[in-house]
Amino acid sequence: MSALRLPSGGEVDRARPLRFRFDGRDLRGFAGDTLASALLANGVRVMGRSFKYHRPRGLLAAGVEEPNALVQVGEGALSTPNLRATEVELYDGLVARAVNCWPSARLDVGALLRPLERFIPAGFYYKSLMWPDWHWFEGAIRRAAGLGRVAGVPDPSRYESRYAHCDVLVVGAGPAGLEAAVEAAARGERVLLCEQEPRIGGCLLWERREVTGPVLDGEAARDWIAARLAQLQACPDVQVATRTTALGHFDHGALTLVERVAEHLGPQAPAQLPRQRLWQVRAGRVVLATGALERPLVFPGNDRPGVMLATGVRRYLGEFAVRAGERVVIFTNNDAAYATAAVLRASGGAVVAIVDTRTTPGDASLALAAAADARVLRGAAIVATHGDPALRAVTVRDATGRRERLEADLLAMSGGFSPTAHLFSQAGGTLQWDAASLQFRPAGGAASVTAVGDAAGVETPIEPCWRVEAPGKAFVDFQNDVTVDDVELAAREGFVSIEHLKRYTTLGMAPDQGKTANVNGLALLGSMTGREPGQVGATRHRFPYTPVALGAIAGRRRGELFHPVRRLPLHDWHAAHGAAFDEYGGWMRPAQYPRPGESRVAAEQREALAVRDGVGLFDASPLGKIEVVGPDAAAFLDRIYANAMSTVQVGRLRYGLMLSELGVVIDDGVAARLADDRFLVGTTSGGAARIAAMLEEWLQCEWTGLRVLVAPVTTRTAVLTLTGPAARRVLETVGTDFPLAADAFPHMTFREGAVGGVPARVFRVSFTGELSYEINVPNSAAAGLWQQLMDAGAAHGITPVGIEAWMLLRTEKGYLHVGADTDGTTAPDDIGWGHVLRRDVDFVGRRSLTRPENRRADRHQLVGLEPLDGAALPVGSHLRSTAAQRGSEGYVTSSGFSPTLQRWVALAMLRAGRARHGETVTVLHGAQPLRARVTAPGSYDPQGERLRG
Amino acid sequence: MLLIPCPWCGPRDEIEFHCGGQSHLARPEPWHAVDDATWGDYLFTRDNPKGLHLERWSHAAGCRRWFNVARDTVSHHILATYRMGEPVPEALQRELAAAAPRGAS
Repeated sequence: MSALRLPSGGEVDRARPLRFRFDGRDLRGFAGDTLASALLANGVRVMGRSFKYHRPRGLLAAGVEEPNALVQVGEGALSTPNLRATEVELYDGLVARAVNCWPSARLDVGALLRPLERFIPAGFYYKSLMWPDWHWFEGAIRRAAGLGRVAGVPDPSRYESRYAHCDVLVVGAGPAGLEAAVEAAARGERVLLCEQEPRIGGCLLWERREVTGPVLDGEAARDWIAARLAQLQACPDVQVATRTTALGHFDHGALTLVERVAEHLGPQAPAQLPRQRLWQVRAGRVVLATGALERPLVFPGNDRPGVMLATGVRRYLGEFAVRAGERVVIFTNNDAAYATAAVLRASGGAVVAIVDTRTTPGDASLALAAAADARVLRGAAIVATHGDPALRAVTVRDATGRRERLEADLLAMSGGFSPTAHLFSQAGGTLQWDAASLQFRPAGGAASVTAVGDAAGVETPIEPCWRVEAPGKAFVDFQNDVTVDDVELAAREGFVSIEHLKRYTTLGMAPDQGKTANVNGLALLGSMTGREPGQVGATRHRFPYTPVALGAIAGRRRGELFHPVRRLPLHDWHAAHGAAFDEYGGWMRPAQYPRPGESRVAAEQREALAVRDGVGLFDASPLGKIEVVGPDAAAFLDRIYANAMSTVQVGRLRYGLMLSELGVVIDDGVAARLADDRFLVGTTSGGAARIAAMLEEWLQCEWTGLRVLVAPVTTRTAVLTLTGPAARRVLETVGTDFPLAADAFPHMTFREGAVGGVPARVFRVSFTGELSYEINVPNSAAAGLWQQLMDAGAAHGITPVGIEAWMLLRTEKGYLHVGADTDGTTAPDDIGWGHVLRRDVDFVGRRSLTRPENRRADRHQLVGLEPLDGAALPVGSHLRSTAAQRGSEGYVTSSGFSPTLQRWVALAMLRAGRARHGETVTVLHGAQPLRARVTAPGSYDPQGERLRG
Repeated sequence: MLLIPCPWCGPRDEIEFHCGGQSHLARPEPWHAVDDATWGDYLFTRDNPKGLHLERWSHAAGCRRWFNVARDTVSHHILATYRMGEPVPEALQRELAAAAPRGAS
């Protein structure tokens, strides 16, 4: 291994070496490494190119806040873009690439743009690429910018989701989180402790006592962690979840976590494990032990590979036994960074200097510096960095203004700390600026969320240094390539709200969401506009804390499970007989039954003709069925339907319209009176659930005194509809225990009895215009009866009929299809049901029918159309009196070719259409307008003799 | 995601519920005596308070009962739930009376 890896220490397992490949180079690391630590140990310093300027970038941090080292991990369908190398656990055979560069991070062609970078400040695209059209440039810009690439094929991984409940959710298993979890467990509370890292312990895994304070370091710290963990594991109601990130805090203690179950195992992961698991947790309260994120200092050249956050340097050293540099300069505005000097020196590195912007560092810190043999330059700043592509030296400007060049391959910086209070903010809490310690601390507003440890605030002596005044590009947001100059430009142009600054410069956007950039950005904006950071305020944090795979959110709801469909009781029969299925209102239904070599359209025509000439059998099972029962059932239905239902006699059927309170037709169907106090309400197939819910709402919320029960029973029975002139003969052959003659069983009545030996309820209603029997039977008996009917009908050429032929038959007949011929404005009179207005009783929508809008003479009304040019009248085509007229007088709502009439038939909504029968109108479709004659709706058997037969 | 205490089933996730909008709406009757403005208000005009709002929800994926929810539209805190037909809890009545002028509810 490289000299950078220490011979001992850290959490890596030197007995388990792993091979991996980065940007085409074969490298080695250890179990326990992250991709970042392994790359660092191999001396890889350039790990990516910046988003906009293609500047070479290396690691800034060691944790989730890493803005630079974004990598594409895995190959083929498993390839995943924009993962932070600091979060990718190393596994044997891992393959990764840097993003936003070609062919590699070290040799990037896009970097040829770099001489142009001073010409493309924030807002450049908005201002410059407007003429002639942004879209001329968009493709090239999008290719040059952007980060990783999606795999382009479906992700074969399995994702799962689970629900969990707890009294306390502790986020973060560092020292503060472990303490909080142990305390809660001791009180007997149900505790869920989640830790985004693979290991429990947080900063105890890498920090020394100079930083962690009362807690011990090294072996003592490991013992301390193990003891706490053992305490927790002994409690039955405590769950500890590692590799689990709390992404979001929503209302009423609802949190979303994502657990990387097998992701870290790569392609070798056992098949039974999901790649990730999304947790939806309901927590009584939340303890945030999420620590704090260190801020960079803003000075020219601060993005050069080799410039890192001081905590990152300490973590690589302590947890991964990787020393990020041999000759180190430390640049700080606070005391916390001095510990870095101590640990680097102890590991054998050389600390060249500590550059402190302050003039009076704390005594303890100075002692640390002395122990590390490090010069301390007080009141000094770094004004330039050198080295290409990675750091070789820095230029320091001391308190007197004198410049000095220091050779160094690592610059560890600290600009202070920001408590990781994202979830607190998401929970509605406010973050309050502490001007003494220069940080936004969680304040009030989120009563059930408590921040502990560094998440509540980091206590270290600090003085402000929001930027170093010196020429050169000084980066504020590394991930989005936002510099001090960009923030200045925004301030000058009036984008002085932090939200405007974000949108204008992209500061704090993208995968990173400004974890290391936001506070520096708003403090800078404040300094430029004469405001304190507290006055500028922070943007509200939002879900998710770190980027989450869409697959994890989708979980198992993919493919067939994305939108589960319902299957008919007779599905298998339909499938075995060649049905072409489509989804209608959530049901998979046969659209047609095409024969081998037959087109769908030809099948539909054949099926429709069979109904007119002989007999067809249609599976109408999804028709909505709702039982309405009780002493007040009739009175209730009188209020629900626009027409009266209380006058229907037992044993008879009545067609009815339902309106919304706006007077709009929302459903239609046939109601049967089963007994004085019992109705079976028929609805459209698509309206079954909606209408049942509506009935409940009226009963529960408005007419609470009515004694009525509503029971949706749609799926209790299958409905086999036998239709056509031969329907009665088929039914006779199958056999019924009730007479079928027209006078004994007339149209719009029903009978209960045996059909082919099966208990059934048979309705004589017709949606095709032919003699029809809707046979309701238990689902279990449906297949047997269907086959009996098919066998009995063979002599009459019985044909199974799909829903498309069904719709064609009703269009020929002029029967309304609610939702196709009607829309959200259609009133009963518009479809020829004006007589309901003569009902002098109240019903849902009654009062709205007398609104002026509903009394207008020029409303759209349902008509039939007869084409005069022999061509199709496509649905949606607009109608005019003449081709030269402007605007629209209506539109085609249903259309099809009638095999019986051998011409196209159509229904339309036409302005004042009922008074215009016989008129010729223009149908707009394509370049050549068509002509059609307006007729009454329905072209087939207008007297209705066939269906009564 | 709200945690809604159904008066029949206890606290359940918001996804089990359907929100029916403002509660305590009186349907104007008899229909032939209602003028257009009153009917229009009943159909379309709703309160949009910043703060306490009385709504009706149905436990659509549970017991399918409708009930009333007193919810703070700013904090989303649910101050009370009570069954259909029950009066507005007294404490909320006082709060409503003290609130800024609002429509009939």
